Amino acid sequence: MIASIIASGLALGAVYALIGITYNVMYSASRVMSFTSGQLGMLGGVFGALFIARLGIPSVAGLVLTLAACAAVGVLTEVIAVRPVLAALDKHLYVLSTLAAALMIQQLAAIEWSTEPQPFPRLLGLGSGIFDEKFWLPVLACAVVILGLEWMYRRTLVGRAFVAISEDNFAARALGLPERRLRMASYALAGAVAGLAGFSSGQLLLAFFANGAMLNFYGFVPVALGGLGNNRGAVVGGLALGLFQQAANFIVGGVFASVAVFAVFIVVLLAAPQGLFGAPAVRRV
Amino acid sequence: MSDVVLAPPRAAGRSWSGAVPYALVLLAALALPLLGEDYWTVIATRAAIYWVLVSGLNLVVGFAGQLAIGYGALLTLGAYTSSVLVEKAGVNPFVALVAAAAVGAVAGVVVGLPALRLRTFYFAMTTLGFATIVTQVALAWTGVTGGGIGVPGPEMPAPFNSTTGFYVLCVAIAAACTAMTLNAAHSRFGRSLVAIRDAEVAAEASGIAKAPLLMLVFLFSGALAAIAGGLFASLQSYITPDAFTFDLSVLFFIAILIGGRGSVLGPLLATVILTVLPEIAAPLVAWSTFLYAALLLAIVLVVPGGIADVLDFASRRALPLGRAVLPRPALLPALLSGAKGQGALTLRGVALSFGAVRAIDNLDLDLHPGEVHGLIGPNGSGKTTTLNAICGFAVPQSGTAAVRGAALPMGNPALRASAGIARTFQTPRIVGEASVIDNVMVGGTTLGHATLGETLLCLPRHRRDEAALRHRALLALRIVGLEPLADVRADRLQHSELRFVEIARALMPSPAFLLLDEPAAGLSADEIGRLGELVTAVARAGTGVLLVEHHADLIFAVCDRVTVLNLGQVLATGTPAEVRAHRDVVEAYLGR
Repeated sequence: MIASIIASGLALGAVYALIGITYNVMYSASRVMSFTSGQLGMLGGVFGALFIARLGIPSVAGLVLTLAACAAVGVLTEVIAVRPVLAALDKHLYVLSTLAAALMIQQLAAIEWSTEPQPFPRLLGLGSGIFDEKFWLPVLACAVVILGLEWMYRRTLVGRAFVAISEDNFAARALGLPERRLRMASYALAGAVAGLAGFSSGQLLLAFFANGAMLNFYGFVPVALGGLGNNRGAVVGGLALGLFQQAANFIVGGVFASVAVFAVFIVVLLAAPQGLFGAPAVRRV
Repeated sequence: MSDVVLAPPRAAGRSWSGAVPYALVLLAALALPLLGEDYWTVIATRAAIYWVLVSGLNLVVGFAGQLAIGYGALLTLGAYTSSVLVEKAGVNPFVALVAAAAVGAVAGVVVGLPALRLRTFYFAMTTLGFATIVTQVALAWTGVTGGGIGVPGPEMPAPFNSTTGFYVLCVAIAAACTAMTLNAAHSRFGRSLVAIRDAEVAAEASGIAKAPLLMLVFLFSGALAAIAGGLFASLQSYITPDAFTFDLSVLFFIAILIGGRGSVLGPLLATVILTVLPEIAAPLVAWSTFLYAALLLAIVLVVPGGIADVLDFASRRALPLGRAVLPRPALLPALLSGAKGQGALTLRGVALSFGAVRAIDNLDLDLHPGEVHGLIGPNGSGKTTTLNAICGFAVPQSGTAAVRGAALPMGNPALRASAGIARTFQTPRIVGEASVIDNVMVGGTTLGHATLGETLLCLPRHRRDEAALRHRALLALRIVGLEPLADVRADRLQHSELRFVEIARALMPSPAFLLLDEPAAGLSADEIGRLGELVTAVARAGTGVLLVEHHADLIFAVCDRVTVLNLGQVLATGTPAEVRAHRDVVEAYLGR
């Protein structure tokens, strides 16, 4: 029993962590937290099922197409919901514009895809029981993303440019960095990360339009607890959330597990509004 | 330079012409049953019920600017509370409605509590989480809610059990909610909420305590949402968790933004439109949420002010050019008659560091009533930090402050107004969407006596408060020379005019001490001259003025005493003449 709690907890935790990273990647590039993060994760599952199960495209090509499609939706988010309101960042218009974009994505998926959960194809056919691929694929995806991001931020020029933009937007622009193109690239990257989260967890969560709202919330919890923009915090928080949720699920049952997660989330946030790893206070006057 | 020619400001609050749109909506609503089409009556009933909820939520979202998205949760809660009470305990439906309101009020506070600590997006997420939880609990708690099978909604007693009878009841409740929220909107509570939304720091400096005010509003909006839920259950006649889709939360929230923040009429019209829209074309029903979302995006990108902005014809009339601010300092004694004190505002040994930087170091300062005290020094010498320490925005690591011998606790800026301290800001902190006079009235928030309950019901104490505040605000505007612009939206004013609006706001509560943070920045030479006369007159009327400035001419023209700061320490203190001759001051700041 404990083994299956750990297996499903780590799997879901990895998905939450990936959505958390999606939030972070968008935030570092634009100081915007976007409601589309979870919807992009949902689209990863839906596109995967569409390409592989419904259109019969091979798995690898299906993965590539899914990531490309999610990256495109990520860029679309930037163009229609983020760029136009960046000038009014302090008025928090982005909360409304990204909410609108997220609702539109969700409704389109519900109407054009299905309002019922649809099966996601088996990808590799490896493992069974608690070592089934549906449990370890998300963990693998999470590890790949973390290592990939670390490598990119430290070793590549474009990664360093991302870091520069997130540390000091004005200084980066003064140095001649193409801020807008980098921002669009960040949103494409965020879309691909979320798409990978949805794709790798497709067998676990199925291709279901309502996953978007669920991932939005559970993906935000690790960000809020780990601190905005802190990917390591998101991974630690995501895995902890997954394990906690599955344990609560087993001990007190589904509904009260949600209540427990929500209660912990609120209590921790109220105690440490900047996240457990902290962030500096802002001067007001 | 011409004097301003504009319509004279309205003397007695809201004019009757403002009530016309509401009367038209009410008349249309009452005429609807005459059509004899029950289908439309039911739809209109739904719109009225939604408005009961939205009218309360409007104070939270539209006025206070708190992005509470998941209010469907409170509707659900109210619906189940009243249904279960009527069905399982045989309670009278109206008593059940009152009980639901009480439950909803408590739940409203619980939902709203995180708003005090969390930033916008975080708070929005918690309300969304709450909405999900409530539906799940309704589904799982089968013993009480009937789970997926549901419970019958309460049946209203005659004459409210017919389609038309229930409709009239809902319209009556909706009309009462409209009146109450209008009263709140045009009171110190409504103005304070908008100030918290758009100029939080200025709101605190005006003595507005955010936490209790927001809690009151969450209480009220929670109660209204639960009443709406009870009515909703009666309308549905049978409720299951499926009836409370997330789309409802979206509708409520979006109605307010499409209607326009800080307006009552806009959200009212938007609620009606959003309820009716999918009904006009049947194929749209499946797409309704998509449509709402698209509308929201369009509103945010194209008309952030919403319907209210489109209907605001007065703000499109051009203001006269070449306006001049002509203060009338002679009127000051009438406004500043209240707060005469004998003792001084004193700082002793105040030290404040940001990390390794000592912003102010062992600072002593005495601000006497009736005196203009200049605080000058190079950039980074600690002038604004000194003001912030006095006003509670920055908490010193050591040192004490006292007013007339009574210790002034450090921190907690919202308590400064009642200690007789008012201030202006380096960049004007003004609510752009509110009128000039509303901005000034924010400064007098602490002068009001009526409770929110009295305000909602428009009881005499509320009316007296409003009349007195408006009278004082007009007087303050006359003193700074802006009364022709009283009813103009503040974001249409020029920078120099905003500086004088801030001074008028700070004068509202008859402060014993007035702190001005670079009031002459951005003013023309003429305006600086008039500002100087005004500042001198304020001091002669008995108020102690602390003037932070870089314009040396102004400082030496109006100050009775000058303190020079350098690197956080007092370099010199004395009369303007003494300071001007001081060798270190010339060296560090004035130059030869």
